[in-house]
Amino acid sequence: MKIVVTVKQVPDPNSVTVLEADNTLARDKEVVLDPGDECGIEEGLQLKEAHGGEVVLVSMGPERAKDAIRKGLSMGADRGVLISDAQLAGADALLTARALAAAIKPEAPDLVICGTESYDGSTGVVPAMLAELLGIAQLTVAKKVEVDGSTIRIHRQTADGYQVVEAATPVLITVTAGIAEPRYASLKGIMAARSKEIKQIGLGDLGVDRGEPAETIEGLTQAEARKAGVIIQDDGTAVDRILQVLTEAKAI
Amino acid sequence: MAKIWVYAELNQGKLQPTALELMAKARELGDVEAIALGAGARAAAATLGKHGAKVVYVNEDASFDDFLAEPAADALEALHKEHSPDLMLFGFTTDSRDVAGRLAARLGVGLISNAGDVVSKDGAFVAHVPYFGGTKVASMRADKKPAIILIRPKSFEASETGGTPEIKDVDAALGAGSKRAHITERVVEASEKVKLEDAKVVIAGGRGMGGPDNFPLLEALAGALGGAVGASRAVVDAGWVPYSMQVGQTGKSVRPGVYIAVGISGAMQHTVGMKASKIIIAINKDAEAPIMKMADLGVVGDAMKIVPALTAAVKAKKG
Ligand SMILES: Cc1cc2nc3c(=O)[nH]c(=O)nc-3n(C[C@H](O)[C@H](O)[C@H](O)COP(=O)(O)OP(=O)(O)OC[C@H]3O[C@@H](n4cnc5c(N)ncnc54)[C@H](O)[C@@H]3O)c2cc1C
Ligand SMILES: Nc1ncnc2c1ncn2[C@@H]1O[C@H](COP(=O)(O)O)[C@@H](O)[C@H]1O
Repeated sequence: MKIVVTVKQVPDPNSVTVLEADNTLARDKEVVLDPGDECGIEEGLQLKEAHGGEVVLVSMGPERAKDAIRKGLSMGADRGVLISDAQLAGADALLTARALAAAIKPEAPDLVICGTESYDGSTGVVPAMLAELLGIAQLTVAKKVEVDGSTIRIHRQTADGYQVVEAATPVLITVTAGIAEPRYASLKGIMAARSKEIKQIGLGDLGVDRGEPAETIEGLTQAEARKAGVIIQDDGTAVDRILQVLTEAKAI
Repeated sequence: MAKIWVYAELNQGKLQPTALELMAKARELGDVEAIALGAGARAAAATLGKHGAKVVYVNEDASFDDFLAEPAADALEALHKEHSPDLMLFGFTTDSRDVAGRLAARLGVGLISNAGDVVSKDGAFVAHVPYFGGTKVASMRADKKPAIILIRPKSFEASETGGTPEIKDVDAALGAGSKRAHITERVVEASEKVKLEDAKVVIAGGRGMGGPDNFPLLEALAGALGGAVGASRAVVDAGWVPYSMQVGQTGKSVRPGVYIAVGISGAMQHTVGMKASKIIIAINKDAEAPIMKMADLGVVGDAMKIVPALTAAVKAKKG
């Protein structure tokens, strides 16, 4: 089975980020492989281990996004493709999906694995757009994946449980962070990753033009913050204070 | 007048509450029409009419219930071709997101996701989207027609205006080509006593609860207060509690009278789902946790001690 996993490099959730004067994110801060995509890679590797095949990582981002791909390669993925182009700076969801689709199509995968939503963009729509542009079905928010011949079957998380949903390959799935605990790269894996291929391509290679953006950011305003209340130490009176607040709110 | 469409999501015959919230907003923006697909569409149309839809396009074909995204995207594409609306509003739910994403790519128009509001400005639609960890709000103008905007549940309050819609049958020629992602089974895991979304009091637990074995402490408190128990994603991902309990960006949005966050740090992805609560109480070991800065009452202390004591005190007070 040929598996493509889309992976994105995002600001490190554990680092403090700052906003530049022009409202773009500071460029020099820490970046990491999106933790959600790490789960996608893990799922891809487990499927490969069970059913054979190849795991290819595809990312769109600046040149340093190679680090994110390299991390996935050290976990055990076979090779990577990086779409990098100055024209892609500030790409919206549709342009991202168009670039990814153009790079993935020639790979002709049986299965495309995406995260449910990215850590920074969090639009959660790139995968559906990608499936549409690839002309394949999408099985979303999977917390479990089974392969049954050429049928992919998932447990799709719902508000009160899950649905069993299936489709014939080729198919795109999105996975939840709970689907699989990402493995740590072994020293051997890290060494092996150094010689694995990362092919870098630009928009011209893909025959994709930037097009008109679908939306424009007109401005940023401060979010309405809740007024800070009081903070108290639990010195034995905390329960009484909470009771008082609950009573005032007519919750008791 | 701008033509505003609301995609009225149905789930096994039931109109989803977000559809009616979107109706309230749509009425401010122009002439409202709604699209209802699948079982229950006709009954839903009457309700949508009461909430201001002048026209409701319906089709009760079982494919809309049995297959993900594609049949609905097909129907919307066909309808769009015929009627070319200015704006299509969807709820930011997993089902609607799947449909809207496919449709936007097919029409080549893009979309704005995860918005908290939308206004009309100089003939264009501008969505307000949380940005930079929720500390800022970006005003994003949709530059294509139709504008497609996905709005978080509970962003608006539904209200009836009265009215009877014109019901139009959608003639959706659904080819086998779009019946691909087949729902073969539906499993219900959660049988909540009080629905999380509707509860007057929500007690939510995070990683600070230490483990799944301590969640009954929260259930006891919820029982005493007649509330429901929620959770952070960290503990859902860890498998301590089911996803149905998750509050936040990728979980449920709630706006109860009182929200008690226990052992939850208050990451933006969590608070976006609960910050509209009337009163927020936080119990956390760490006085510096972000949740403390937004709580009406922040209690610095050990949840394992405070929660049982609080439950006992609530019971005593109620007598
Ligand atoms: C795309 C995306 C979507 C997401 N969606 C969601 C979502 O929908 N909902 C959500 O919740 N998260 C979501 N997250 C995750 C979110 O960023 C946080 O990681 C998560 O909310 C943290 O959960 P937590 O507060 O339980 O854990 P932590 O951040 O680990 O906080 C635990 C807290 O418990 C306190 N504590 C420890 N022991 C005790 C004790 N004995 N008594 C009292 N306090 C104690 C600690 O001081 C700490 O503040 C999302 C993340 C991403 C990237
Ligand atoms: N620039 C990108 N490169 C590779 N994959 C991406 C990119 N943007 C989004 N994705 C994939 O799409 C998923 C959802 O992202 P989003 O729609 O931005 O929330 C991510 O988890 C990735 O798997």
